[in-house]
Amino acid sequence: MDSLIQFVQQDLGNPGLAALLSNPSFAFIQLMNSFSQAMNLFIIAAGLSLIFGVLRVINFAHGAFYMFGAYIVYSVAQEWTGNFWLGVAAAGLGLAVMAVVIERGLFQYIYDKEHLMQLLLTFAVVLILSDVAKIIWGTDQYSVSYPQSMKGAVDLGVTFYPTYRLFLIVVGPAIAIGLWLFTERTRFGRLTRAATQDREMLSALGVNVPIIYTGVFILGSVLAGIGGGLAAPFNSPTPGMDATIIVDCFVIVIVGGLGSIWGSFIGAIIYGLVFNYGSVIVPNWQDVFPFLILLAVLLIRPWGLFGKPEGGNA
Amino acid sequence: MTGRMTRPVLAACLTVLVLLALVPLLESNYLIDLFNEIMIYALFALSLNVIIGYSGNVSFGHAAYFAIGGYTMAILLTTYEWSLLPAFVAAVAFSFACSAVVAYFCTRLTDIYFAMLTLAFSMLVWGVAFKWRSMTGGDDGFVGVDVPAFIAERVPFYYFSLVVIASAVAVLWVICHSAFGRALLAVRENPVRAGFVGINTRLMRWWAFVVAGTFAGIAGALFAMVHRGMYTESAFWPESATVLIMTLLGGMYSFFGPAIGAASLFLLERLTNEYTEYWPLVLGTILLAILMFLPEGLAGLAQAVRRQILRGR
Repeated sequence: MDSLIQFVQQDLGNPGLAALLSNPSFAFIQLMNSFSQAMNLFIIAAGLSLIFGVLRVINFAHGAFYMFGAYIVYSVAQEWTGNFWLGVAAAGLGLAVMAVVIERGLFQYIYDKEHLMQLLLTFAVVLILSDVAKIIWGTDQYSVSYPQSMKGAVDLGVTFYPTYRLFLIVVGPAIAIGLWLFTERTRFGRLTRAATQDREMLSALGVNVPIIYTGVFILGSVLAGIGGGLAAPFNSPTPGMDATIIVDCFVIVIVGGLGSIWGSFIGAIIYGLVFNYGSVIVPNWQDVFPFLILLAVLLIRPWGLFGKPEGGNA
Repeated sequence: MTGRMTRPVLAACLTVLVLLALVPLLESNYLIDLFNEIMIYALFALSLNVIIGYSGNVSFGHAAYFAIGGYTMAILLTTYEWSLLPAFVAAVAFSFACSAVVAYFCTRLTDIYFAMLTLAFSMLVWGVAFKWRSMTGGDDGFVGVDVPAFIAERVPFYYFSLVVIASAVAVLWVICHSAFGRALLAVRENPVRAGFVGINTRLMRWWAFVVAGTFAGIAGALFAMVHRGMYTESAFWPESATVLIMTLLGGMYSFFGPAIGAASLFLLERLTNEYTEYWPLVLGTILLAILMFLPEGLAGLAQAVRRQILRGR
């Protein structure tokens, strides 16, 4: 092992990789960082995937929803009440309201249009929302403090780790299981799955399909809002955060398979691992690696690791 | 139908060309730069339309080839001190080569997966431009491009740009109205039937992608010279969306539509910026209006109006 570390350090000239090999607690922290970043991204990406799964619309505005979530947490938690959890709840609620307005006002008219029209419509919403956010919150970068109860770090035996990030690692799988139970075990969940299969048949059986669509859109958007809210303490709300996050979500959702919750879960973990270890081993290029994975997946399995091929594609 | 311009279209093209050639007589630096940039974006939008309007695939990463052409031009002229012609040829050739490789992969897919793959490749290009600081200047941008002395002044550069763009558009027109262009339309309308009559659909889509990427590279190379710099925003995905909106606004089912769309959108942006900083808000609202009420764009609107007038007679 020592000779390997020396080889990496001397001959490969890679101090990052050498540090990972020689310092287990450093490697462990990277692992935890990967998971906590992944779980935050998962919450957002799951919403995007859920919406695509049922509505068949790739929603570029999902990143703007995330940004609104973060801004709402800032306003409610930082400026008004001082209670972080109240802020997150407000972000979820705010996004639910926005989702109803946007779905009923715009999206419901484009479900049977071409993909180009749908992409551009969601892009129009991105443009409008990003400026609305600028009008409300300006262009400053805000900082949101960690919730009172989670300010410190926890001793994990190997090393100390920030409580809040640990909380994210727990909350991600909880949301994944909750979503899975919801789609598999509840009546509404069964109806949403039926709506992905055959919308017309479902409607002929007397189910109010538009309400299901609205419901799914609300659920997906609320996830983006909560994800943005939970990210606010370490990802300061600022203009432009919507354009970056949506690309990350695309990578995760496509790698995992559009419409699959567990796919997004695994996709997010892959993203987190590649990003965090990538940034140690090849510093500064971590932003590029996720795209390489995305390319690889699109070329070998365009429908993603957990998705199903659609008729006529690939 | 193939290879011939109808007389009114030809007359309109010549008129526009003459008017553009007269712009420097106005002796306004602002207007010369404005029209120069409009022409560049018109070419960019026309190139994208080869993929969308002719082969029927939606590329969501067309900015990549614009950026590749621009950065190659900027770097060769400035860092390596190449002269104009070799640098220009190399920039175009490199855009051609990059789009040829990407097209090979992208044409394996269709529809939403095609759009996502083009987006992924463009983000890769963006990532490289963003991170390869020593070569591209990273997020500070590549500033201070050395434009060769004989076109360094505003007016000579304008004419240089006009000649290049006019020739490029002419070549694009010939390509789109050749047998190749017709075959592309057949692929767009019905890929299965096009395959049955013996058209190699994937090869046709590959060519459409490569033609589009190459001409976007030409537009990018001119952009780098007119701005004396190249910035990462040119490769970021909202730029791809903007050129898509230009194409859609003008109408993707007509050859010149996207150029009209590019000009309208560009002028509108300048005009809006005089009054408010919230241009994206205006653009988003316009886009919503087009999608809801004018899905065939301005060219489609013009046709509908013409039909209405003819019927009224």
